[in-house]
Amino acid sequence: MIENLNFIYPEIFISLSIMFLLLLGVFKKNSSGLIYNLSIIFLIFTLALIFNYPPKSNLYLFNNTYVIDYFSIFMKILTLCSGIFVLVVSSKYLKIFKIFQIEYSILILCSILGMMVMISSYDLIVFYVGLELQSLSLYVLASFNRDQTKSSEAGLKYFVLSALSSGLLLYGCSLIYGFTGSTNFITISENIYSNQVGLTFGIVFILVGLAFKISAVPFHMWAPDVYEGSPTSVTLFFAVVPKVAALAIFIRFLYVPFVNMIDQWQIIIIFLSIASMIFGAVAAIGQKNLKRLVAYSSIGHMGFVLAGLSTGVNEGIQSSIIYISIYLVMNLGLFSCLFMMKRNDTYYESIEDLSGLSKNHPLISLSLLIILFSLAGIPPMAGFFAKFYIFKAVIKESMYFLAITGLLSTVISAFYYLRIIKIIYFDPEKEKYDTDYNIGLKISLSLSTLLILLYFVFPSMLVEIVSRINII
Amino acid sequence: MNFPILSSLILLPLVGSLFILFVKSDASTNYQSSKYVAIFTSFANFFISIYLWYLFDNSISDFQFVEEKHWLNGFVNYKVGIDGISILFILLTTFITPLSIISVNNSIKSRLKEFLIAILVMESLMIGVFCSLDLVIFYLFFEGGLIPMFLIIGIWGGERRIYSAFKFFLFTLLGSVLMLVAIITIYWISGTTDVIKLYELGIDWKYQNLLWLAFFSSFAVKTPMWPVHTWLPDAHVEAPTTGSVFLAAILLKLAGYGFIRFSLGLFPVASNFFTPLIYSLSLIAIVFISLVALMQDDMKKLIAYSSVAHMGFVTLGIFTLTQQGIEGSIIQMISHGLVSAALFLCVGVLYDRTHSRLISTYGGIVSIMPKYAVVLMIFTLAAIGLPGTSGFIGEFLILLGTFQKSFIVAAIASLGVIFAAAYMLWLYKRVIFGNLINKELFKISDLNRSEIFILWCLAIPTLFFGFYPDPLINTIEVSIQDLIEMYDLNLTSYLESNQDTLIK
Repeated sequence: MIENLNFIYPEIFISLSIMFLLLLGVFKKNSSGLIYNLSIIFLIFTLALIFNYPPKSNLYLFNNTYVIDYFSIFMKILTLCSGIFVLVVSSKYLKIFKIFQIEYSILILCSILGMMVMISSYDLIVFYVGLELQSLSLYVLASFNRDQTKSSEAGLKYFVLSALSSGLLLYGCSLIYGFTGSTNFITISENIYSNQVGLTFGIVFILVGLAFKISAVPFHMWAPDVYEGSPTSVTLFFAVVPKVAALAIFIRFLYVPFVNMIDQWQIIIIFLSIASMIFGAVAAIGQKNLKRLVAYSSIGHMGFVLAGLSTGVNEGIQSSIIYISIYLVMNLGLFSCLFMMKRNDTYYESIEDLSGLSKNHPLISLSLLIILFSLAGIPPMAGFFAKFYIFKAVIKESMYFLAITGLLSTVISAFYYLRIIKIIYFDPEKEKYDTDYNIGLKISLSLSTLLILLYFVFPSMLVEIVSRINII
Repeated sequence: MNFPILSSLILLPLVGSLFILFVKSDASTNYQSSKYVAIFTSFANFFISIYLWYLFDNSISDFQFVEEKHWLNGFVNYKVGIDGISILFILLTTFITPLSIISVNNSIKSRLKEFLIAILVMESLMIGVFCSLDLVIFYLFFEGGLIPMFLIIGIWGGERRIYSAFKFFLFTLLGSVLMLVAIITIYWISGTTDVIKLYELGIDWKYQNLLWLAFFSSFAVKTPMWPVHTWLPDAHVEAPTTGSVFLAAILLKLAGYGFIRFSLGLFPVASNFFTPLIYSLSLIAIVFISLVALMQDDMKKLIAYSSVAHMGFVTLGIFTLTQQGIEGSIIQMISHGLVSAALFLCVGVLYDRTHSRLISTYGGIVSIMPKYAVVLMIFTLAAIGLPGTSGFIGEFLILLGTFQKSFIVAAIASLGVIFAAAYMLWLYKRVIFGNLINKELFKISDLNRSEIFILWCLAIPTLFFGFYPDPLINTIEVSIQDLIEMYDLNLTSYLESNQDTLIK
């Protein structure tokens, strides 16, 4: 048992650093800057630890409740990288909003720890513990700017709804335990007998909980309000990092214990996917606030991810993973631009504030142009390839209806991305924004833009990495 | 011959646009250095493509200068190559681009640097479309062209530019996404998206009709065919002159090329099945749109509608599936590329001076701008298809092909030639002749040197190919023969197998 600990160094390291940072914060006055930087360094160190211990085969630890395999490592690397970038780009924003406190980065570390546990979980209870650890940190983060009503409202809203979904999820877990006699994924899959209605109910409840976490329609209601109300840095975190973890557990849950019950859950995932794609595309058209728009667009993108998941084959899962990786990069770029829209210590987040940006800030506008066309899925940007892989997998399984819906929603959603481009490039200019960006912001914007733009030069790299993930 | 000449044709404009991006030049220096870079790269590209034409062996129908690179895990390979059909379109693209870059001096006033970048990116994407030999690569270039064109219309266009830009983008995107589904489906049916391999393998007959329709939805919007042509007049009217030139001369040819290369080549059975549909849509475009063009009071809109009618001839010719018909279509496309570009430039010349595109503004220009009147005369006659201009060769061959297949269709199509004469000559009469009523017109000057240069550059090949079309026909002949042979072979084997099933 004790040698199992050798394989979870990253998790242990991150837990120890959370405790260390908490103590440091208590005993050292005015240490928020130090702690912020230290947590970035610790995250990088955790990343290095993960890279340092690639397992030779799949490891099942602690009585098969915890798994380290290629898939979990890939998803953890995604989570950590995006976590690091979120911290790197948002320090200035936090300082200006006077919420640059020690708890902020520690909470982010906590939720990342929760996500890592979620990603590796191979047991319903471990999964639930990880989920709650990340959710509880996110509740606090959403209301971090507590002097603002909107932020507190966002936190409360997220807390109430998320608690409800967690309750449903837990109820689903108990049903599954009742019908299969185990919480372990492998044992569950061995104990499934034909057509147990209770088991199907259990799956449905858990899917509801998971759909809530990735904000798929019809469990998306919280997303726009929470995205808008939370501080922008937290919105960025919401938009990218928890989705990776939720997708990982989604895949694990559907394809390990319940892979043989695909007839039961496939139709649910298809419905979630179609509803999210259409709703995300249509509802975003009328939005005026950029953060709200991102919320709706991320609902639409999650629809595509679910489309890949619903295929029931490895290829579909891989396409979903590729999609979410590219989605991460695009959102990081988009939010980096949002952080640059600052004038006299006020951040602007309405779409109208982008008006005529191209005259004053040609380079930012060019990056935004590339990112937005990529989000719309126009070749040769990376976003096109993301959609291409999904369609490839979906059409292979002859799910033409899903493919056509996806295409139509692509065209509809192209409209609102184009509208932003129109405002940036065709509309009259406004006052200049401040240009005192810090180096992290510049790096993350240029890096994500270049990745998106030049993806087509080496498209096989990501595919080759992901193609080693074999769940089924 | 190992030098990757096609890839360098694609890459050179991109390198040029990168230079422009980083070169220091703004309104204070009148964007001199950007202009030089753009003109230099586009001319260099033109000379490379002329050299390519010289190297091109037109006695064989195989694809030449083929380059293949491992790209997407072997699932899709970067593969380019040309045959007799594509080389002319590449030449057209590289010929029109430098001319349109020279013409920006007169029409584009703001943000010239970005404009030149957009034009060069556009050029490289269009060359990519014409020489790609893989469906996915083709789609990549085909769709990528939307981005620069959207910006060209939206940033530098006229008053209703935003509406037009959106209409253009969404219409074409909607058409193309269906093609994407079809491409992926082809991959799963045949296991490859390599065009040459697909030509050999053929695609199962039972899928062909649906796939053909998916490709058609994309090409019909791009052509544009009636009834999805409505984006074209809007886009043309609002685009800056250079944008219109590019749109009319090159972008419209994508679909014609796509029909020949993909619809006929990959889906012969379906093409045969849908020929009546194409015939009727083409005839509606020729007759109905010509009548619409007759009633326009905006010069640019009139020429835009005439483009739709001309493209109707092109689609008609392609689907006659005769040697003459397809040859005629290609020559018609080349000629339309030259003539419509020139006509839009002519409208641009007047618009730069008076800022009006309405026909009623003008009249009696001949006494003020005699040189202009001569040039416009040449292009008006070429648009009508008068013998001695390249327009005649194209239309004549198309009608010749059509007569072999159906007398009625050809008779109706011939009406289009008469209508074309009506609207073009009437336009010419109202603008050039008559009394000089508008006092404003006295102030305007005749063509300046760069305008004369551009317009004569377009007029010379128009006249030359009108009298001596052999260079064009020799280039395309063998490839088209091969295409038609392959088509007939596929069709007969399909019919035979169908008869077998009927007998059983």
